[in-house]
Amino acid sequence: MSEPTTHATGTTRVKRGMADMLKGGVIMDVVTPEQAKIAEDAGAVAVMALERVPADIRAQGGVSRMSDPDMIDGIINAVSIPVMAKARIGHFVEAQVLQSLGVDYIDESEVLTPADYSNHIDKWAFTVPFVCGATNLGEALRRITEGAAMIRSKGEAGTGDVSNATMHMRSIRAEIQRLTSMAEDELYVAAKELQAPYELVKEVARNGKLPVVLFTAGGIATPADAAMMMQLGAEGVFVGSGIFKSGNPAERAAAIVKATTFHDDPDTIAQVSRGLGEAMVGINVDDIPVPHRLAERGW
Amino acid sequence: MVTTADQPLIGVLAVQGDVVDHARALEAAGARVRAVRRPEELEGLDGLVIPGGESTTIDRLCRIFGLHEPIRAQIAEGMPVYGSCAGMIQLADQILDGHREQQTFGGIDMTVRRNAFGRQVDSFETDLGIDGLAEPDRPYRAVFIRAPWVERLGEDVEVLARADDHPVAVRQGNLLATSFHPEVTEDHRVHELFVRMVRERA
Repeated sequence: MSEPTTHATGTTRVKRGMADMLKGGVIMDVVTPEQAKIAEDAGAVAVMALERVPADIRAQGGVSRMSDPDMIDGIINAVSIPVMAKARIGHFVEAQVLQSLGVDYIDESEVLTPADYSNHIDKWAFTVPFVCGATNLGEALRRITEGAAMIRSKGEAGTGDVSNATMHMRSIRAEIQRLTSMAEDELYVAAKELQAPYELVKEVARNGKLPVVLFTAGGIATPADAAMMMQLGAEGVFVGSGIFKSGNPAERAAAIVKATTFHDDPDTIAQVSRGLGEAMVGINVDDIPVPHRLAERGW
Repeated sequence: MVTTADQPLIGVLAVQGDVVDHARALEAAGARVRAVRRPEELEGLDGLVIPGGESTTIDRLCRIFGLHEPIRAQIAEGMPVYGSCAGMIQLADQILDGHREQQTFGGIDMTVRRNAFGRQVDSFETDLGIDGLAEPDRPYRAVFIRAPWVERLGEDVEVLARADDHPVAVRQGNLLATSFHPEVTEDHRVHELFVRMVRERA
């Protein structure tokens, strides 16, 4: 009954659909196969394989790049859930390598040092789907125009300070809300201001949501952080340094998963928040000079 | 006048996965929908959908929050249940390539291999002929994402569709399972089939 002529990989539906399957879930940063297994056991819907979590990138400095293929292979072989990996903004060859390794999603990420300060990767050119960060609606729509199949609000990675995640999520949500209340002829100016194509702006105005899944990231360290971001409209959560920079990663990971599912149930969030030990120490975003903020990367 | 029997109440298991798209498709197919995250939310349902998502996560959360046994009991009592992708895995009596602790609800006498069609770069869409759908001559555009396939089938399991010679849509009694994701397309004929199954039982 199969008809090979109709068979198509890497379509928009297949790429965006993959993100649909992650909804309501938690994606965890891991740097070793052992951490990947802890994340899978805790109920993560996917892991993000990288060499250093953002908190260490921030502390150690230097140029941060795509991870070693051996390390990514090790994580792919350790777990059965999807594996994501990060490429530098604009580094299309790192992305080609990650696709060749068989990762399930590429994060074109501001957490790594950008490789191109003008252009992002042409993501339509790939079979593997991409997730990109955004601080506001215009940035999200520009990434979608370049082919991103999933968006995450950026927050400020590696801080354990959730304030920028809330700011970016609220900003995206408010700007979408504003579009839905506009007259059709006002959308032309809105598109110009958002620096995004008119057709895409019109689609968002009509549907009241992005055409791709919207997750949150950057500074989430506790079950309550994750639940708050879900209540603010995130469809799922990326947790980076917050898990493996804490006192009890396995317990904290499991608790964040539960709090994400029951994000609107304070009793459950209270129950899962007990006995988790130390959260990551963290840095206040206000203490980081603006040029050193990762969210400023990408445009 | 629309009666309750015309608009059955169908639950969508909502611990993780593509819940909203299943809810939208079920409503388009004429059902009322309730999200299910707690055992008491199973009460009074005419049917249940287990959505696509990450099967290890769905299984784990169902066991932690006390849904596993009640759902098994409902299946045993004959409640119509439809599972897509991760949901197909959860309805299989046996699975291959699962997580070491993974448990399924079971109900369909089959063995399903998880992620059998490959990783995301192998995910695909294709036209299928599916038995039992309305307008049988119109191909069904099916979206497969890191999809499972059926490797062994019991005698009582009916194959409704195949892709690459593997069964990808099956039915046993009141249970329906697909490897693919009807919820991500605008063609609601699979959900209509399930709503018909629910109405016939109700």
